[in-house]
Amino acid sequence: MTVPALSVQGLTTHFFTRAGVVKAVDGVSFDLAQGEIMGLVGESGSGKTVTGFSLLGLVDPPGRIVEGSIKLNGTELTTLSGSALRARRGREISMIFQDPIATLNPLLTIGQQMQLAIAAHERLGKRAALARCTELLTQVGIPSAEARLRAYPHEFSGGMRQRVAIAIALLHRPAVLVADEPTTALDVSIQAQILLQMRELAAETGTAMIWISHDLAVVSSLATKLAVMYAGKIVEQGPTAALLRDPRHPYTAGLIASLPAMTTPGTPLTQIRGTTPSLLSLPPGCPFAPRCDKQTEACVQKPAMTLDGPRGWRCFHPVGQTAGAPT
Amino acid sequence: MSAFLTIDNVSRLFGPKLNTGEKIAVKLGGKVETRSVRAVSDVTLSVSKGETLGLVGESGCGKSTLGRLIAGILPPSSGTVTIEGVPVMSNGKKVTTRVQTVFQDPFASLDPRMKVGETVAEGPIAHGLTTRANSKAYVAEWFERVGLDPVWVDRYPHQFSGGQRQRIAIARALAMQPDLLICDEPVASLDVSIQAQIINLFLELTKRLNLTCVFISHDLSVVQHVSDRVAVMYLGRIVELGPVAQVFGHPAHPYTAALFGSVPKLVLDADELVHFDTIAGEVPSPLSPPAGCYYHPRCPLASSGCRTAPPPTTPVSDVRSVACYHSDQQLDRAKRS
Repeated sequence: MTVPALSVQGLTTHFFTRAGVVKAVDGVSFDLAQGEIMGLVGESGSGKTVTGFSLLGLVDPPGRIVEGSIKLNGTELTTLSGSALRARRGREISMIFQDPIATLNPLLTIGQQMQLAIAAHERLGKRAALARCTELLTQVGIPSAEARLRAYPHEFSGGMRQRVAIAIALLHRPAVLVADEPTTALDVSIQAQILLQMRELAAETGTAMIWISHDLAVVSSLATKLAVMYAGKIVEQGPTAALLRDPRHPYTAGLIASLPAMTTPGTPLTQIRGTTPSLLSLPPGCPFAPRCDKQTEACVQKPAMTLDGPRGWRCFHPVGQTAGAPT
Repeated sequence: MSAFLTIDNVSRLFGPKLNTGEKIAVKLGGKVETRSVRAVSDVTLSVSKGETLGLVGESGCGKSTLGRLIAGILPPSSGTVTIEGVPVMSNGKKVTTRVQTVFQDPFASLDPRMKVGETVAEGPIAHGLTTRANSKAYVAEWFERVGLDPVWVDRYPHQFSGGQRQRIAIARALAMQPDLLICDEPVASLDVSIQAQIINLFLELTKRLNLTCVFISHDLSVVQHVSDRVAVMYLGRIVELGPVAQVFGHPAHPYTAALFGSVPKLVLDADELVHFDTIAGEVPSPLSPPAGCYYHPRCPLASSGCRTAPPPTTPVSDVRSVACYHSDQQLDRAKRS
């Protein structure tokens, strides 16, 4: 087997706040092959965004990666110096964010910003640089790309701005792209266009993607494998179809069952009781135990990841095999 | 079917604020260029007692503005909104407490400096539904009904989670004992596991209190779950109206079909990635909408007739209506697929 594009082992990011240590990411491990799309699913505060930020070394104090290893094409990132990491960030690994208005500079044209992004890593003549920009804008589906290079961000719609942000992130054909809820702020019709395009781009360019989202349906239409996060840990991982059809962790099962589409209209939805725990005062064992119907005395221990082929779950009482496909 | 809420030919325009010079020019009969947005355009609807009407559409389609017009927060530019024949607004002021609203963001809609019990009690005291002396018990009762512990009345909004805050916002609206509840994206800002809790609360309360409800959401699966009928809006116009199962099952308007097609769905028995359809292009600017049917530039069924005159709202059956020249063709497509 070839070296994975990205290999994360035991990644642990803590925030040392006045109120205490917030274990935002607590021992996250996964591998990502070239061109593979992984969905990272979780609710707010589950640590999915901090995981993404940690991969690019973008965690600001009081946060710090305290443990673990991030290998990008075999190179360890956590021990790199600031400048060595900067040389890779944006070229070998890049990121797109939820809000494209906040990520684009309102005072520069799209063309200027894209050229700056190229110049940060490469010496390229102006004509060649512009050609690269035009090519990428066309690739992400922006019509009359050459003319649009002279436009400012405010002249674009929300969907088009996000396409520009994606084009900038892909300028150097990175090995890995981290996408943090990039379609959450967009309308469904635009979201569908972008999801479809990203699927094609990953296949075309071989860029591996981590798609962070709270929306199971969105990631399931894009990612071939999923990791579900809860309170800083991956509680379940596996190939998308298998994980959705036959979830093992009660939290995953609860998330799927609570979707309106899973219940007859007008009848009560299946709900997960309680609320997500504060990361400052997590229960001692399984963080999901207080909300879980299957909780027993065993759950005061921290469950380790049980591995079964490509699948894994952190639970002492995994949900049993469901009989056949659900109706 | 007796109409409880009647929306009669309601429109709402938003124009630019004129400066003093321009105001004088207008007074003197001068022409000032004012481009205004028709956020809601000639909407006629009726909702019967106890019914939940879903209002769906993409951002900028006017669904929230229509909600505000019904709730008496905004006066309509033309047309009237009446509850059992009584107008909601008169002379630009809301004149009824029979309609109350739950807003999207419970972080913004609760006063951070007021104890939540006071927030809930404020309206009922002002309108004589309870007295200051009895308000504690009155609020405690509503807290219990929405699943909150009554001992929390002396807390401040920041001490609650998003889901709990939305329950407080629901208690505040219901404590006014309305007949009509407007819910403007009430679960959009909540986590998935909390959404189900709030939707269940909503279903239980509307049934128990026999509330009539207008439920605004961009999330089609939520609307499908809670609504009896649904109205699909595009650029200020209602393009399709009918019972939820029929509209989503066999859309009569190409936009409804496309909107439903672009929602990523969780398909559990697929071994490959799910295919979903996309709508070409983007929603046109409401400042300069296209002539004729607003949807024609993106519509696969558009013909020359669609480019000249907007299609009138025509009945599909006695409970459904659509504004499209090619609804027969669309219905055929929907039945075949």
